[in-house]
Amino acid sequence: MATSHTLTWQGATVRESEPLTDRIRRIVFEPDAQRPIEPGAHVEVRMVVDGESTTRSYSIAERVGDDGAFALCVHHGDASRGGAAVMHALRAGDRVELTQPLQDFPLGYRARRYVFLAGGVGITAVLGMTRTARNAGKDYRVVYCGRSRDRMAFLDALSDEHGELLQTHVGDEGTTLDVEAFVAEMTDEVELYMCGPIRLMDAVRRAWDAAGLPPANLRFETFGNSGWYEPQPFRVRIPAAGVECVVPTNRTLLEALEEAGVDAMFDCRKGECGICEARVVQLTGAIDHRDVFYSERQRDANSKVCPCVSRVRAGADGSMGEIALELS
Amino acid sequence: MADTTTAKIFDYPRNAWYVAAWDYEVTRKPLARTIAGRPLAMYRTEDGTPVALADACWHRLAPLSMGKVIGDELQCPYHGIRYNSAGRCTSMPAQETINPSATVASFPIADRYRYVWVWVGDPALADPAAIPDMHQMTDDEWTGDGELIYADCNYQLVLDNLMDLTHEEFVHSSSIGQEELSESEFVTSHTDTTVKVERWMLNIDAPPFWLKNMRDKFPGFSGKVDRWQIIHFEAPSTIRIDVGVAAAGTGAPEGDRSQGVNGFVMNTISPETDRTCHYFWSFQRNYCLDSQLITTQLRNGVHGVFGEDERMLRAQQEAIDANPDYEFYSLNIDAGGMWVRRLLERMLDAEGRSAVAPAAKRLPSTFSPAVESA
Repeated sequence: MATSHTLTWQGATVRESEPLTDRIRRIVFEPDAQRPIEPGAHVEVRMVVDGESTTRSYSIAERVGDDGAFALCVHHGDASRGGAAVMHALRAGDRVELTQPLQDFPLGYRARRYVFLAGGVGITAVLGMTRTARNAGKDYRVVYCGRSRDRMAFLDALSDEHGELLQTHVGDEGTTLDVEAFVAEMTDEVELYMCGPIRLMDAVRRAWDAAGLPPANLRFETFGNSGWYEPQPFRVRIPAAGVECVVPTNRTLLEALEEAGVDAMFDCRKGECGICEARVVQLTGAIDHRDVFYSERQRDANSKVCPCVSRVRAGADGSMGEIALELS
Repeated sequence: MADTTTAKIFDYPRNAWYVAAWDYEVTRKPLARTIAGRPLAMYRTEDGTPVALADACWHRLAPLSMGKVIGDELQCPYHGIRYNSAGRCTSMPAQETINPSATVASFPIADRYRYVWVWVGDPALADPAAIPDMHQMTDDEWTGDGELIYADCNYQLVLDNLMDLTHEEFVHSSSIGQEELSESEFVTSHTDTTVKVERWMLNIDAPPFWLKNMRDKFPGFSGKVDRWQIIHFEAPSTIRIDVGVAAAGTGAPEGDRSQGVNGFVMNTISPETDRTCHYFWSFQRNYCLDSQLITTQLRNGVHGVFGEDERMLRAQQEAIDANPDYEFYSLNIDAGGMWVRRLLERMLDAEGRSAVAPAAKRLPSTFSPAVESA
């Protein structure tokens, strides 16, 4: 837990890149400076997307060897905003700029029981934790969900490492996780670490709260890039600034506003802190809340939104969604 | 490695148990103390379990040690953010949810031997069974008391000091020093984690401190004594010194100490920064167990003796810093201290660190050794 939060940028060389599944590539980096890598750590990677310099966060899936090298596993899905394509194009010998390992998702060391829940590529955030728990002889289990086996990286390795402590749920095999039943098995002694699509995490959070389990024992990481619905283009207006633009599927609402010249305040850009909060003045369609800042009650009220992650989808009549906002 | 064994500013292992406080210092009011470079906020939960959290709130890094303990949780003094004993945020002001990244580090901590021990390295490696043996602090056959010295020097200077007691003759001439100290033979030995230095002075006059102790147990004692000092180091920084005198020729060197008095000087040193450390000590004895008077007299006496060390160590650190272009040389009497340094070098090496601590920022900029890390 001593990993620094201060960003230190450095160079890194791609050692290798290989496909794990149709959509997921495992890319091994050799950073110029060797740093300790804790389970749950991530790095920021600097890249150019559509001609503009930007950064993306990726969990460190695993350490590779003893010289500070590590693997990132990147899912290139239909809703990717350009970063995945850049990462997938990397090949051995390429140079990138990235940070030292950062830690926002530390693994506790003294829980009585550990449960690791991963959905899809979210496995990358908890893979190292499962190994740490196994090596330390902890009481733990691993629950891994995916739409289909070919979208689930590390299945064989997890099966070898954890045997019966691994439980898999595969959508197209009809074994989708029953979240209610899963949470019903939890006790106050369990620390649950999860990473996956927001639908899964929202369902677990709701069931966790409903069961009266200690909120601090539910640990999760979200990079704010999945929603309840596939992204659609929608229109945004800022009446006070006289700004109106369309948010394409490969841009966040906040990015679209910035590109339109709006001076918007923000901090985490992953739906956690609430700094970018905007008041909803008018809405056509429905808000796809992708943040973890608002409570369910606040989301349902639809009076505020986190533009860094949340989107608007079309209304029932299929017309393009539209939202008018008041910023801070 | 040999080049760094005599490092003047010696780095400290992180994967180690260090004493952070006397047990009574950690209470329901947070205690701020930096151990091995980590500022800690320590407190006890309602059932008395000690907790050590990083002393900086996740939000704007306000010191949690200025906060309040509420139930089993610590509340930040600034905006009221609360953390449980695992360092997880349980409450945030003015919002209905908790930011999932809101945590502060919680360090492994344990009550043992009247001390509170913490581990600031990799928590997965923190095994309480590895806490150095200091059983004379709590066993029924022993009693005593001690203090905490805030020492203005690199912790290794204190270890050097305790591993070679020849200095007593010069630094502590009025209490425990005598010329036989530097005239007598000593035997040094070591294992992977311990170092021992044993010295016997036979048929000598007892110095004032020891004559008083003999007379506490044997009123009216006079005559020659056999004196011993057996230094037991256990990595990374605990040194117990088995000390005593017995009436000369009554068999103490062979193992019969019944005609003597025996003490154990219990020292354990916790680095704070590369130039400061917390020096915990206690003087334990196995005679006149019921006498609080003797406990107090011994504690006060040792307090005076160690005050002489404190002044010497501070002056030595200042001279080291004032003479950056000179190195250490060793004497034959440094064998024990050099073994301590080598064992610590190996611990540091296992952590990927050099014994030479990174250059401190307070050095003048004209002096810039190449070890400043990126």
